[in-house]
Amino acid sequence: MIRALATFVFVALASLPARAIEIQQITSPGGIKAWLVEDHSIPFTALSLMFKGGASLDAPEKRGAISMMTALLEEGSGEMNSVQYAEAVEGLGAITRFDAGDDALTVNARALTENRDQAADLLRQALTEPRFDPDAVERIRAQIQSVIRSEATDPNAIANKELARQAWGDHPYATSVNGTAESIAAITRDDLLDAKNRILARDRVVVAAAGDIDAAELGKLIDRILGGLPEAGSVPLPEPAKLQLTGGVTVIDWDSPQTVVSFAQPGLPMSDPDYFAAFVADHILGGGGFSSRLMDQIREKRGLTYGVATGLSNGVYGETWMGGMASANQKVAEAIGLIRQEWDRFGEAPVSEKELNDAKTYLTGEYPLRFNGNGQIASILAGMQLIGLPADYVNTRNSKIEAVTAEDVQRVAKRLLHSDQIRFVLVGRPEGIEATN
Amino acid sequence: MTILTRLSPFVLALAATPALAEMPKGISHFTLDNGLEAVVIEDHRAPVVVQMVWYKIGSADEQPGKSGIAHYLEHLMFKGTDKLGPGELSKTVTANGGMDNAFTSYDYTAYFQRIASDRLPLVMEMESDRMQNLRIGEDDWQAERQVVLEERSQRTDSDPGAQFSEERSAVQFYNHPYGRPVIGWRQEMEGLTRDDAIAWYDAHYAPNDAVLIIAGDVTAEQAKELAEKYYGPVPSKPDATRKARPQEPEQRADRRIERSDPRVAQPVLVRTTLAPERNAGDQKQAAALSVLAELLAGSPQTSVLARDLVLTGKALYVDAAYDGLTVDPTTFGLSLVPGPGVSNEDAEAALDAALQKFLEDGPDTQQLERVKTQIRASRIYAQDSAHGRAYDYGQGLSIGLGIEDVNDWPDILGAVTADEVRAAAKLVLDNPASVTGWLLPEAGAASADAATTIPAAATTEEVQ
Repeated sequence: MIRALATFVFVALASLPARAIEIQQITSPGGIKAWLVEDHSIPFTALSLMFKGGASLDAPEKRGAISMMTALLEEGSGEMNSVQYAEAVEGLGAITRFDAGDDALTVNARALTENRDQAADLLRQALTEPRFDPDAVERIRAQIQSVIRSEATDPNAIANKELARQAWGDHPYATSVNGTAESIAAITRDDLLDAKNRILARDRVVVAAAGDIDAAELGKLIDRILGGLPEAGSVPLPEPAKLQLTGGVTVIDWDSPQTVVSFAQPGLPMSDPDYFAAFVADHILGGGGFSSRLMDQIREKRGLTYGVATGLSNGVYGETWMGGMASANQKVAEAIGLIRQEWDRFGEAPVSEKELNDAKTYLTGEYPLRFNGNGQIASILAGMQLIGLPADYVNTRNSKIEAVTAEDVQRVAKRLLHSDQIRFVLVGRPEGIEATN
Repeated sequence: MTILTRLSPFVLALAATPALAEMPKGISHFTLDNGLEAVVIEDHRAPVVVQMVWYKIGSADEQPGKSGIAHYLEHLMFKGTDKLGPGELSKTVTANGGMDNAFTSYDYTAYFQRIASDRLPLVMEMESDRMQNLRIGEDDWQAERQVVLEERSQRTDSDPGAQFSEERSAVQFYNHPYGRPVIGWRQEMEGLTRDDAIAWYDAHYAPNDAVLIIAGDVTAEQAKELAEKYYGPVPSKPDATRKARPQEPEQRADRRIERSDPRVAQPVLVRTTLAPERNAGDQKQAAALSVLAELLAGSPQTSVLARDLVLTGKALYVDAAYDGLTVDPTTFGLSLVPGPGVSNEDAEAALDAALQKFLEDGPDTQQLERVKTQIRASRIYAQDSAHGRAYDYGQGLSIGLGIEDVNDWPDILGAVTADEVRAAAKLVLDNPASVTGWLLPEAGAASADAATTIPAAATTEEVQ
């Protein structure tokens, strides 16, 4: 009864008329492209800027410089010192967040319609005329050093760092965007200017906006914000990273009742014809929260963990299939055994029709729920441009998931899911499991 | 076996428009005959809806010796009903493209689903079903007790900051159950049983002790009709409502605690003082405390403590924390990480001096004006998230506020005067009865080892 009804639900969802969002693709008078979703119901605009390359554009000996430079963008520019700049932004009720990640330097901004142009002028000033005043530089340097110290005592950060170090060789992906205590200590004002010139340029930026603004207004706004940036970044974009991960177990001693586990194996790029089959496979295996096989085996049936999850981790310059978990020191070996067992079992038989249908209805049904609010929409549209997806991806993406068959899922699982390729990094005092090389 | 059958389109009862009081645009409110109070927050920009059910019962209502039962029951609420098998509710939500979860606090326990708006009847049917028909299987309750113990290990016992927070709360609250952790003390969690959980459920889970929030692409009429259909038949329980809890005696002495742990990277000071909460019809003092926290540390560049301590290098970070959405008196908190080369004593003395200066000078007029501007802007930005507003109303009503108290809160915040801020500052800052905790690294300990043995490497990119 329930199964039959679930099938009914699936059919109904597939035939729902999508309330599609309308993405306008515009080019500003100054020649900068942007995507826009207009919605005038709330008097504000959300703007998302992503500068390609992110912290991976750091110079080899200057790891952390781009992240540090990014933190300093809101610490004084033009005629304003850090306090004066912050007072000006706060006085408009505007919100601007700067963040340097592996793949992009991201600026997420919100501004009220009534003073949008003034907010834009402040953002232009931050991006084009940062001052890097000595007192602000030293203050931010000390705060970054504090973050680096905190990460060195956080078992999750320790596990992820070690996994990245083993995975990515001499690519920037292998090291923290924050840099090291030594590299941060040595960064000079010239390094910060160099970092800025590497990334803050018009040929690096993708732009998306959503909210109370029309195409003509947005065109003027982005010229106002970005027009003063150099035309091109001073160095080429990062090279693709080459995955060097080997299967095995790494144990890092950490005095805690629980062992934190991060693991990864080779993934596949979004351009791979089997990407969506792998996406569906991952949902059934470990990506689907309470519905996944790993959650069922490890948490629901045995209570070995509070949570276990996997995901396809697709960066612009490299990809893995990864996961994480925490489990008591005495039980973590059993939990890892179950991960390996489910990993290898996955390709041996096709997934059931119910698993496949449930995965598809979730993955296709959840997608439109993401476009919920101006802030979310601007961020998603900028992210799509960053990884090179076309605007009509929002309309074609679900049909690619619908087209995946149980045979596709099994094929990609056989090709990719092999537990002897997984590198497990364990941070804790695990019992009954030994480190390999 | 009718649980999944009611997927028919909404039937609009044209005559049944609910009587609406003076409400902000898109907000409506009604109470069913069985006592279930409901708030509808309309946002038709995307075909998405959130259902939340908040029970006005939390860990602070537990009996001594049974700490953790409120949260343990929250986990067991996913183990099925007469109609739904273990885990089936979540799996059904997921298979319909939605997500669901739950959370427990001192004062409330809440369950929610976020799903395509045409699936609202489905999740309302399932949520109303587990309001009255919970069934917990023999194997399920034992495995789930292990899960909550692992959750405690992950959230608390692996994190010296979280462990220290438990210590500080126990010292702050000598008599009130806010001194016990929400997740429970380990040795008591180990002894919780299915009978304990069912007794808790039977005593407290009832429509007259719950708040229903429907937010998103739904009309007030649709929501009311569905609420009556699914929740209307659930019987109320006269004794379900929360009893008064033991209150704190007057605190007469300063309390200080200190703990060292090799997993701590740098010293952190946290100081808390008992502070009044938001109460129905009486939120002005809480509003002044909220504005005070914003003035003291809301901005890393322009706030009082940032200017006096961070910009001068005496502190790396400062923070001020106040959340008035509690049933009983809460805390006003300050925290600080000393700057490079600054001793803990000097950092704390600098904090005291900065607070003293603020007590004498009062708020800067221009800074207060900027904070008001930000409050006004955040009210506009808040309309971008129906889910966020669902939290505001659910949390407010479940701690005993009325709908008008939640509606009025932004105006009350915006009307706070400099004199009210001064009075609030005197109440919580000029008060020797505080709890001061220092969480310290161990001399020559793990952070140095880790820095040398763990090669710095990138946090791998986020899971998609």
